[in-house]
Amino acid sequence: MEQRAPEPRAHETGRQEMTGAEMVVQALKDNGVEHIFGYPGGAVLPIYDELFQQDQIQHILVRHEQGAGHAAEGYARSTGKAGVMLVTSGPGATNAVTPLQDALMDSIPLVCITGQVPTPLIGSDAFQECDTVGITRPCTKHNWLVRDVSDLAAILHEAFHVATTGRPGPVVVDIPKDVQFARGIYTPPQTAPRTSYQPTLDGDQEKIRAAVALMASARRPIIYTGGGVINAGPEASHLLRELVGLTGFPITSTLMGLGAYPASGENWLGMLGMHGTYEANMAMHDCDVMLCIGARFDDRITGRLDAFSPNSRKIHVDVDPSSINKNVRVDIPIIGDAGRVLEDMVRLWRASANADKAALKPWWEQINRWRARQSLAYKTNSDVIMPQYAVERLYELTKGRDVYVTTEVGQHQMWAAQHFGFDQPNRWMTSGGLGTMGYGLPAALGVQIAHPDALVIDIAGDASVLMTMQEMSSAVQHDAPIKIFILNNQYMGMVRQWQQLLHGNRLSHSYTEALPDFVKLAEAYGCHGIRCEKPGELDDAIREMIDVKKPVIFDCRVANLANCFPMIPSGKAHNEMLLPDEATDEAVANAIDAEGRALV
Amino acid sequence: MNAQLQPTGSAYFITKETEKAETRTLAVLVDNEPGVLARVIGLFSGRGYNIDSLTVSETEHERHLSRITIVTRGTPHVLEQIKHQLERIVPVHRVVDLTLTAHNRGQERPLERELAMVKVSGSGNSRVEALRLADAFRAQVIDANTEHFIFEITGRVSKIEQFIAIMKPLGLVEVCRTGVAAMNRGPEGM
Repeated sequence: MEQRAPEPRAHETGRQEMTGAEMVVQALKDNGVEHIFGYPGGAVLPIYDELFQQDQIQHILVRHEQGAGHAAEGYARSTGKAGVMLVTSGPGATNAVTPLQDALMDSIPLVCITGQVPTPLIGSDAFQECDTVGITRPCTKHNWLVRDVSDLAAILHEAFHVATTGRPGPVVVDIPKDVQFARGIYTPPQTAPRTSYQPTLDGDQEKIRAAVALMASARRPIIYTGGGVINAGPEASHLLRELVGLTGFPITSTLMGLGAYPASGENWLGMLGMHGTYEANMAMHDCDVMLCIGARFDDRITGRLDAFSPNSRKIHVDVDPSSINKNVRVDIPIIGDAGRVLEDMVRLWRASANADKAALKPWWEQINRWRARQSLAYKTNSDVIMPQYAVERLYELTKGRDVYVTTEVGQHQMWAAQHFGFDQPNRWMTSGGLGTMGYGLPAALGVQIAHPDALVIDIAGDASVLMTMQEMSSAVQHDAPIKIFILNNQYMGMVRQWQQLLHGNRLSHSYTEALPDFVKLAEAYGCHGIRCEKPGELDDAIREMIDVKKPVIFDCRVANLANCFPMIPSGKAHNEMLLPDEATDEAVANAIDAEGRALV
Repeated sequence: MNAQLQPTGSAYFITKETEKAETRTLAVLVDNEPGVLARVIGLFSGRGYNIDSLTVSETEHERHLSRITIVTRGTPHVLEQIKHQLERIVPVHRVVDLTLTAHNRGQERPLERELAMVKVSGSGNSRVEALRLADAFRAQVIDANTEHFIFEITGRVSKIEQFIAIMKPLGLVEVCRTGVAAMNRGPEGM
């Protein structure tokens, strides 16, 4: 009788016959997914049926698909893993667009699985049909419509690979309902990615050597880092600290990069940019060598481009070649992963450069004179809670705890960035590039799911928080004791600030006349509500918020008309900041000339 | 870059463009999969880049590779961005600036050809003249009856433009053009 080699068993190769819906769940497991955020609907029912019959992956039910997306973003940002969302076709997919674009702008690995109408109905305007891959093409790193179940497993694995490697970003896998029912062969994740997608991770050694030589010759250096360092993992932040320690260089960071270098570190200048510190922006302007790592010279950072750091040689490290020379010409571009390039820089600096820290002394003396300007100062008040004071107290009273902070978008976001000190990466979740109001509350939910025992605070504004308030219900359902700390000034504060700056103080529709009673709203959701109106009561109220073991909405009534300073007014350069003690009503009104009004 | 600032006084800083726009021909090698052309075109429209001409066809059937030829206009800075942005698209394998390659080899431009079908109708003298001119341009007659000709003409864009312009007074009815196909001279591949 003929002897045949035994067929490899299914559990040995991972190849198995199963339905498309089963493949989705299996692929999630094989890619290390433990939590997904989603909302069911007709076109994803087969996948939800599979989720029901297993307990390895926990599904977090949200109240709106946008919430699922931001929660997955918060989850991703705080863990370094991909965030996963699962939504239905049509409105489920269109509601996912905002978080997808948000994740694209901030380079967050987000895998979005959408249901689609059955393949024979595609293009027929079927119920809850939309062209999901068409709509999401410009707001994803890549997307797929799966027409054949035999492609499904490979596409799902590729989706995770694309989302998490190179410059991370969002991906969409659109799966028609008949493909979810169809049976096919599941294949486990492959190691060989497609040939056209090969991100460059190792920096060019010659250029790194030239960069280190340039850094060693600097007399007025600065390091400017961004979210790329956070995305490169905790090791990159560790190496950054080592490099700063070795070189003695001052360091500043974008909004997205906070925490990579500790705010308590002695070389820290604070955040830079439009609402950055005086010392950070002045040092950027006057430096002779700038080392930019994992940041992209965004318009909120550079101020007017023709006056941006005019006398410096610039080194730019970025994993995305299209970020190099996009807004600002640089002298030494290095394409690569921030962590790997930092490792090379640290090694080369140790080996070759003589750390002549004494040569930096005049530069540090200058920086300390700028620091003495105390650009984050504000007028304290014993009757009214100043928003800056509220953030400061929140920071002081949560120090030493396992704390994560998310924000919405607006003045409160800038005050949080300015006054809350972040000493670790992955602790700060905010919508930087897209500026999505309503990001913080669902993001806090995602963070809390990833870190059940941590203290997760959304520093919110009264306007932003109402955009995704419904997710308090999700937080209650999933025992996620998130703390929503609302700096309530009854205005869309940043809109109003711009109206004061640009539009003759005509406050067109930036005042919310009928805010809900946030304490009662908290109670209606089954959360705990706290209101605080007096500075003297603030500490006790914050302690109460921390101690309550359920979700809290904290209505912190702050000075209504406080504005966010320092600020680089429109059309001005880094060295033309408007400082808080100079920001009189008259200075604010005249800070921007007439011609700008057409553009904002 | 870092060019002169227009006094906008806005939250956005609009810089005046001081570089001159150039025309370039790009060859883009992509996986031939659904939506890949939409990704390329969407990139151009979404980021405000120009497309003067675009042609696409599968060129390697076994590897399912398509070659897209794009003629675009922009400043050197924008052209550099176009190349990098195209390379970010996951199914894009390679982007080669054929014009730049030609320049680097001391040539003015790459080989560029376009094919057009030109329908002309008429009778009498103009009909004779159309045929005579077509012959001069080395256009082929690919369809005709007593009232019309359809000419097939291949050549550089300027030649096609000229031929169409000449046919206009002679009874031009309809034109169909393929867009530019391009390749660098010499033995090397792209």
